[in-house]
Amino acid sequence: MLLLAILLIPAVAAGVAYLLPRRGLRLALLVLTSVVHLTLVAVLWATPDVTALRGWLVSDPLGLIVLTLVSVLFLAASIYAVGLLREESPRGGRLFVTCLLGFLAATSLVSLSHHFALLWVGMESTTLAVAPLIFHRHDRRSLEAVWKYLVLSSVGIAFALLAVFLLATSQPVLPGMRALVLDDILANSNSLEKTWLRAAYVFALAGFGTKMGLAPLHTWKPDTYGEAPSLVGALMSGALTSCAFLGLARFTEVAVAAGLTDFTQPLLIAFGLISLVIAAAFIIGQADVKRLLAYSSVEHMGLLVLGLGVGGIGVYGSVLHVLNNGIAKGMLFLVVGNLVLATGSSVAADMRGMLKVRPWSAALLFVGLFAVTGSPPFGLFVSEFSIVSGAIRQDHWLVAAAMLVLLAIIFVGIGGMLLKIIFGTGTETTTDDEKATGDSALLLIGPLGLAALVVMLGLYIPSPLQDSLARAARLLGGVAP
Amino acid sequence: MNIGKFAELLLLLIVLTDFAVLGSSRLSACIRAIAIQGVLLGILSLVIDDPRSVHAMVLAAGTVAIKGIVLPLFLRWAMREAAVRREVEPAIGYMASLFLGSLAVGASFALANRLPIITKVELLVPIAFATLIIGLLVLVTRSKAITQVVGYLILENGVYLFGLTQLSRVPFLVEIGVLLDVFVAVFVMGIVVFHINREFDSISAANLVELRES
Repeated sequence: MLLLAILLIPAVAAGVAYLLPRRGLRLALLVLTSVVHLTLVAVLWATPDVTALRGWLVSDPLGLIVLTLVSVLFLAASIYAVGLLREESPRGGRLFVTCLLGFLAATSLVSLSHHFALLWVGMESTTLAVAPLIFHRHDRRSLEAVWKYLVLSSVGIAFALLAVFLLATSQPVLPGMRALVLDDILANSNSLEKTWLRAAYVFALAGFGTKMGLAPLHTWKPDTYGEAPSLVGALMSGALTSCAFLGLARFTEVAVAAGLTDFTQPLLIAFGLISLVIAAAFIIGQADVKRLLAYSSVEHMGLLVLGLGVGGIGVYGSVLHVLNNGIAKGMLFLVVGNLVLATGSSVAADMRGMLKVRPWSAALLFVGLFAVTGSPPFGLFVSEFSIVSGAIRQDHWLVAAAMLVLLAIIFVGIGGMLLKIIFGTGTETTTDDEKATGDSALLLIGPLGLAALVVMLGLYIPSPLQDSLARAARLLGGVAP
Repeated sequence: MNIGKFAELLLLLIVLTDFAVLGSSRLSACIRAIAIQGVLLGILSLVIDDPRSVHAMVLAAGTVAIKGIVLPLFLRWAMREAAVRREVEPAIGYMASLFLGSLAVGASFALANRLPIITKVELLVPIAFATLIIGLLVLVTRSKAITQVVGYLILENGVYLFGLTQLSRVPFLVEIGVLLDVFVAVFVMGIVVFHINREFDSISAANLVELRES
């Protein structure tokens, strides 16, 4: 019941939001739904191993971690949406709120699915729910972005569907093993046909990799994040990519159980390193702050699969990094959104010296800069450190060295731009608008909360979470610290 | 004619519709070809599995309705709204497209030969792969947004063909979910195509070049 409620409440709310006559009511419903959703997720933490629909929906550690991330981000984003839609709201935000709630339902379905085809249906639904959100401004550039996004992720999602069918093909007909149910597959993992399973994994990596935005399948990412409203960028780079990673992780669970790690690890490491290289290359000299964040997202997706690829404690780092990266990215996109609202541009040269114009947002951007580049005391330091030490302990010395060099380059690139935005001199364009100094509180609550969380994860991980992280890491073939 | 031979005949016709799309310069002909392909897929899902199962019958009816009728009509509407006829505009010539298509078929047979046998209808797996590759080919070599939607549909049909090997094992509700998702995906794409047409006075995705790394 609990699991179904988590899926159905946002789905029903999406329908209701479309019918509500007034913007105020819709926004109230949006916030209310996200509060209820987060409460139900908290209840789920207290009641372990809930299943529904004959084992098609299960709350396991890995899924619960992603679901919690989605729910937390969504609450922050929905409070932000109240502030945002007050400032700019074409067409009353009717479709916007409906699609946001539909997005919550779809991502919850992905997090809870233990049936591969159901997971696929959820993943495809996220694509469709997000498309109108990207097109929110209804201009040429957002049109181009949404087209690129739709074409590339539809191809990706078609590959993922092929991966699902290939996985079913690898399952022999056995009594008690239902097709595509994760727990049944894991219980009979020795009987899987290896050739088909390898093919399934390759297509899963290509398909979910496209949705994650792993290089070289990332080309939609800078355009989409650059053109979509920052709020949508926050949800996509924090929640949607994490769900796509979860899809890949589910296939990895099966591959690990079937003893295919020798096959999967080099693939994951290769994709991870390529993503880091591409991210570093395009972050240096980037002119647009939202595109910069998009390439930073490519970097972090690369780190996630690298962690899975090196194995050992790297896997633990990877699972923890899902949370850290999601929260940090969500926060940064919301903060940058505030600055874009203030200056009307996302080109870094137009937004210098924001500390005077928007002190709170600029301060948060300062925090976010160090969080996202993995400096202590933030959570990302812990998870990136675990991934690097995983690489070293599994004797991937070259991988570890390459990682450190690339992370240093990326740090310089991101730091260079963001520090100019915060402290630089040059823009007086916005200060003439007197009432515009300072952000509305609604636009700050979300990012402030997320900043607090990412600091907390760096200093202290609550023991139920630590326990879940360790169990998830073991399922994916790693070890806990 | 026994049922296996009939299935193979249907599969050969499906390859022909693939090539019809590859070699055609008229958008309306492409749309007609994928409509025929959708109907063939529907009939095929009746033939491959136990034809009397309710599961196969409902799925076949759904496939014919969505892929054979509704989506082609919708694409035709989008085409008429955009007032386009000779609108395929390939980045590579038709002969080259057809040649690459035949390479794809050859490669698919070579690949399928090396994989374990999973179905009695031997042509099913290679033609699924061939259709998938040809769909990708149309998607990347055609510059019109609406033709790219056609490519996506062919790609999706290739995946569906492969899925037919697992027809009896994948739960019915899931298949309907997959079908519905494809339907909505094409619908959303169609809406975007409509907007592209209004904004740019042409539905060429080649006009979409504002977003570049500078």
